[in-house]
Amino acid sequence: MRYNERELLSLARQPAEKAAEIRMSVPKKGNVLKKRLVKLVVNFLFYFRTDEAEPIGALLLEHCKITKEEENIFSISFIEEPERKYCFECATEEQCQEWVEALKRASYEFLRRSLIFYRNEIQKMTGKDPLEQYGISEEARFQLRAHRQ
Amino acid sequence: MKLNERSVAHYATCDSPADHTGFLRKQLERHHHHGTSYQRCWFVLKGNLLFYFEERESQEPVGLVVLEGCTVELCEAAEEFAFAIRFDDAGARAYVLVADGQAAMEAWVKALSRASFDYMRLVVRELEKQLEEACRSLAACCKPPRRSSSSGRKRHLSNPALQPLQEKPTTLENGYSTWSIGGCVAGGATCTDHDGGQMKPPPLPPRRRLAASSAIGSQASGLSPAMLESPVSLEMICFSKLHNWYGQEIAVLRREWQERQKRGHP
Repeated sequence: MRYNERELLSLARQPAEKAAEIRMSVPKKGNVLKKRLVKLVVNFLFYFRTDEAEPIGALLLEHCKITKEEENIFSISFIEEPERKYCFECATEEQCQEWVEALKRASYEFLRRSLIFYRNEIQKMTGKDPLEQYGISEEARFQLRAHRQ
Repeated sequence: MKLNERSVAHYATCDSPADHTGFLRKQLERHHHHGTSYQRCWFVLKGNLLFYFEERESQEPVGLVVLEGCTVELCEAAEEFAFAIRFDDAGARAYVLVADGQAAMEAWVKALSRASFDYMRLVVRELEKQLEEACRSLAACCKPPRRSSSSGRKRHLSNPALQPLQEKPTTLENGYSTWSIGGCVAGGATCTDHDGGQMKPPPLPPRRRLAASSAIGSQASGLSPAMLESPVSLEMICFSKLHNWYGQEIAVLRREWQERQKRGHP
């Protein structure tokens, strides 16, 4: 599958929501934990060798499961392949919890659900659709699932 | 750079709803000096990701365009109904796409220009703020606001703690409407007394238990009695907490509805 790698690399250089040096393993035989610079930008998680400017890899964080594993460790796996896990060993339990929380909220789908929720609540409380003033009430992406194509 | 391509491709083809789909002609990436050629592909927009497939029924996308940091503009290609996705990065190639007609082109340009994660996040943050303000003004207001119901679900006006409201909401300058209750305007303004000076918002109404039947009526206002008893506070503003909290209201509503069904009411 082709993709605009150049733009992804550019995205990896943007200011991150969260970045830290974390030991990480990819689902390969051996599962060796290696120290990486892990950077969350929009719905992508980039990981770099600590002394390199370009990421080794990127994970799109849609339809994924963030699991708190044992102490200081969390994992990311994807719906269609739940056994293949990317593991992350944090320095502290606190750091681990922060990352789990941040990653759970990192998907576009989560953002969409939040938007629909807030829209409904504001409408209930004030009687007005808050998206009307932006002229985007009818956009497909802001509708409840049932109405979308 | 590696990408979790298998998962990305799965996301493209799974049955989660797409934001926009359709056939577009895509300018081929090889640069010809004489003329450009196009390939017709099936495009699927999901969130900030634009996938394209060889055929509508293809099992796997041919390609993906990540839509962060881009602009979408009409373009003066030789083709009619052409538009381009351009990236901020100077020297980056533009994706030139050609729609089947004017309406299709406009729909695509609109959908793509609002596709970025950044844009979505902006809107969510704005709504978060608005909800916070709405909650705050509810907590600060002298009487709980209530929409007067014209749908036939009349509330018991025998409850002295609640006063009837004006029929129409007033519109504030900041674009959203609230109800005017006596002289006190909700929506972030503080109540003024007769002196014209500003005073602190009056204390919250005392807790009270409302009868089950009046609880049904109060649903019309979007506020359940349980909520009035534990006023929504700023600490609850985080989405998941609010989600759980409002979930209680839904559970109550459901139960009541089911009971009414059993009793044979519509």
